[in-house]
Amino acid sequence: MAAIYSLYIINKSGGLIFYKDYGSKGRMDTNDSLRVASLWHSMHAISQQLSPTTGCTGIELLEADTFDLHCFQSLTGTKFFVVCEPGTQNMEALLKVVYELYTDYVLKNPFYEMEMPIRCELFDINLTQAIQKDRVALLGR
Amino acid sequence: MQFFGGSEISPSPPTPAATGAGNNAHMIYLFNRNGVCLLYREWNRPLHTLNPQQDHKLMFGLLFSLKSLAAKMDPTSADKGNLGVPQLPGQGCSFHSFRTNTYKLSFMETPSGIKFILVTNPRTGDLRETLKYIYNLYVEYVAKNPLYSPGTPIR
Repeated sequence: MAAIYSLYIINKSGGLIFYKDYGSKGRMDTNDSLRVASLWHSMHAISQQLSPTTGCTGIELLEADTFDLHCFQSLTGTKFFVVCEPGTQNMEALLKVVYELYTDYVLKNPFYEMEMPIRCELFDINLTQAIQKDRVALLGR
Repeated sequence: MQFFGGSEISPSPPTPAATGAGNNAHMIYLFNRNGVCLLYREWNRPLHTLNPQQDHKLMFGLLFSLKSLAAKMDPTSADKGNLGVPQLPGQGCSFHSFRTNTYKLSFMETPSGIKFILVTNPRTGDLRETLKYIYNLYVEYVAKNPLYSPGTPIR
């Protein structure tokens, strides 16, 4: 029933700092999620090289047969991407909300080291709430 | 993926849905399964980052890896092989397009491993029918041409 399969956050250098799956469909074991994250980081960079015009900031949406992948890159190079069902709406807004939660609960946390895996309880709690709200809104429609 | 049975080509390409004025493609690439670039045409490309050889290789490499990524991330399949394993053309889930802020790339791979890539402006709709039409043209005029040797660039 979930429209979102999984959420990844990768740091400036391409390392995975946060991974969450929703339901068994998105599940991937740790090593694979790390590989996928680094691969995505490189693909994002290469896609900027192949642009026919200037000013390309990388892939925002990848559409496949069975899933869609929405990516948001912050000004600092941190990438947030979500794997969801094809045709899911409002994923860009959701990614912006996740970015806000990241800045509030992760970056402002004095014990959090930059570029390290995220282990912040408040971030997890608020993230779950945001996804739930989004899910309810999607189902209610 | 069901491939078109008939050999008739429709007289005009299907009109893509939801396009603004001036829906001109930027570039088109055609690769065979070994990475040889069979065709490259550009109509509107203000920026050239790399020389043509490197550009083709980079494009092929990017698509190869994206296909592998899509197969791995596919939520419906039972766990497929690892990321490095080359995928057969029909096997597994494949992506059909990606969009950046400056361009949209549409991709189609045939069962024989021929890859069709179209780079257009980001507002373009779903181009899968257009790519199928181009494939039909390829079959009629290239594959059926007795003087064409497979694996060489199309003249």
